[in-house]
Amino acid sequence: MTLLLLLAVLDGLAYAALVFMVAVGLTLVFGVLRVLNVAHGSFFAIGGYVAATLGGAVATTAAAPWLALPVLLVSAILVGGLLGPVVEKLLLSRIYVKDHVLQLLVTFALFMILEDVQKLIWGVQPIFQDAAVKALGPVEVGDIVYTRYQLFLLPAVAATTLLGLMWFLRRTLTGRVIVAVTQDREAATAMGIDAARVYMLTFTFGTMLAALGGALASPTSSLVPGAGVNMIVLSFAVVATAGLGQIEGAALTALLIGLGRSVAVYFAPEFEVVIPYLIMVAVLLVRPYGLFGSPELRRV
Amino acid sequence: MRITRRAALQATIAAPLASPFILPRNAIAQQRPNELRLGISTFLSGPASVFGVPGRNAADLLIEQFNAAGGIGGVPMRSVVIDEAPGVDFLLGECRRLAQNEGVDMMLASISSGSCLAVAPLAEQLRMPTILWDCGTQRIFEENSFKYAVRTQANAVPEIVAPLLYLMRTRPDFRTLAVVNQDYAWGRDSWAIWKAAMDAIKPGVRVVAELFPRFGATDFSTEITRLQALRPDVIFSTSWGGELDTFVRQAAERRLFERSTFVLPLAESSLERVGKTLPAGVIVGSRGDHWFLHPTARDTPILKNFTEAYRRRFNQYPIYPTFHMAQALYGMKAAYEKAIAANGGRWPSREQVMDTMRGLEFAHLTGTMKIRDDGQGLEPMLMGVTRHVNEYPFPVLDQMILYPPELTMNPIGTKGLDWVRLLTPAAVQRAPAPIAYRA
Repeated sequence: MTLLLLLAVLDGLAYAALVFMVAVGLTLVFGVLRVLNVAHGSFFAIGGYVAATLGGAVATTAAAPWLALPVLLVSAILVGGLLGPVVEKLLLSRIYVKDHVLQLLVTFALFMILEDVQKLIWGVQPIFQDAAVKALGPVEVGDIVYTRYQLFLLPAVAATTLLGLMWFLRRTLTGRVIVAVTQDREAATAMGIDAARVYMLTFTFGTMLAALGGALASPTSSLVPGAGVNMIVLSFAVVATAGLGQIEGAALTALLIGLGRSVAVYFAPEFEVVIPYLIMVAVLLVRPYGLFGSPELRRV
Repeated sequence: MRITRRAALQATIAAPLASPFILPRNAIAQQRPNELRLGISTFLSGPASVFGVPGRNAADLLIEQFNAAGGIGGVPMRSVVIDEAPGVDFLLGECRRLAQNEGVDMMLASISSGSCLAVAPLAEQLRMPTILWDCGTQRIFEENSFKYAVRTQANAVPEIVAPLLYLMRTRPDFRTLAVVNQDYAWGRDSWAIWKAAMDAIKPGVRVVAELFPRFGATDFSTEITRLQALRPDVIFSTSWGGELDTFVRQAAERRLFERSTFVLPLAESSLERVGKTLPAGVIVGSRGDHWFLHPTARDTPILKNFTEAYRRRFNQYPIYPTFHMAQALYGMKAAYEKAIAANGGRWPSREQVMDTMRGLEFAHLTGTMKIRDDGQGLEPMLMGVTRHVNEYPFPVLDQMILYPPELTMNPIGTKGLDWVRLLTPAAVQRAPAPIAYRA
């Protein structure tokens, strides 16, 4: 029983790490821009596709196998750095003051367009590139074989992202500027802060995080049309459970969902699919604004 | 009334123009049309497009080839393709549009069993000849009788019974089994058929885990950990597409293949993608009597030419939905040609075509098949075990057995799930001898 629980925890941690990487970008963008970005799932998928493409290029050359690992980060930076500013400038900056429903519709339209763009570029056949997993190799826990990639790298990247974000937002000038704009855009602008630039920076960073989530997922899963849909639905559940805009909440919720799911697979497999949503319903019944959320005053 | 020359001329010009609006459709259908319009529903988006697009590709290629050879009775074909991904309501609306606005003469529907269960009754309402080209549920012709729908392939019953018979032949001593199927209708239904058949043929097998990961799942690490801990003799999975690829890769990375025998009835469609990550010794099915290296048809010009043309154009080897589409088109062509011949060379009505379909025996890319009186196709099932060879960068099938429909398909008037409960171990011995892969 103890061994089973240990195994469930190890599996849950790896899954939670991936979920967190996607959800944290979504919650960061909402926290600052107040836009619920449905296209976040597309950035996840495109990050995965680019990482698989570049990873494939590395794997087919005589380059050292470990190069497949930095490729994941490079892919995320490429996707976020190229797509983030373009989407923010051309699309989102025009709808910040619009109704949330319209924002959802616009980002959903973008999601649909990007889905077709993915099919145009990468086709519909599943794409898989596991050079990064092979570079790190397997490890045994008891007589159970794990991959080092899932057991060590994914949780380490997620923990680093969480701690790095907390440090960045609380200890650096740029981070504090972002927090200031989040809390009161008018006051921050009156103090001389370029809110438009903060929005673009934040959105670009959020896009990079989504792409990094996709890049990190790509060595262990196949990329297929619709990959973004699955992840965005789960990310919404995480963000809603955590409280919109709550980074630490997203981490805790991802952990709850990851552990809950893996425990379910061991002890009640029928509930695996519904676990994230059961957790969401249970939390929202007790705390309607999410684990870390709080009611907001509406300005009339 | 006095008939003037002007009135006679006007009547001569107006009659052919007005006739389409006056005459019933059946009467029009008996005129040789300028083209034969085919409505094709398939997945062009979403995860199932891994099957839908190869199916559409096969239709494009074969229709071009048929037209270049004179079409059907001199009539060229034209396809109108619709996406079934948005759901059943959308699909039914599109089918109505194709029938009523686009003047489609025949529908080829669909991949999803849910789609077919909805389209077949609509075909009756619209009196639209419909070929069910890829969907697997056995319920369609078991629960209803359709005049305007037939299926040019087998169904879920033989697709699951054949892998079980193959497993019983290659590893009869297994005592424990785990299932990892996608959590939707196919995953659940295929497990129900397997479980019922297995309990009949080999009672006492202990099912140590029934795992149904979410449809579209991208991570199976927890399931794989549990399977490693349970160490079942056999792991059965009817998963497909990206999920099967992911499961295979993750299982290989974690050496699960070394501990259990895998039975993957749909894995023929993943062989090229997963490559030699899939080890030797895995039991693989192809949902029918087809594979580009088919044991008895691989050297026939028709299969070799098709494989070459398909590969040249789409840069992939054909997989089972490609062959299913080919079976539908070859079946349709054979039915029209037979009906034209029976009609004295005149173009047949849609009722004549559908009557001809029943009992029709036709040749396709890898052999011949027959359509039963209830509209269900009778198709052998190709099973094999993976083997690594130098000629291909992916596993090929070895020790192939073509299970005849008499061994794997329930007779007309019976229900598949009830019929498999009557199977006996004797069925295992009645299978033909295996055919080895040859380079």
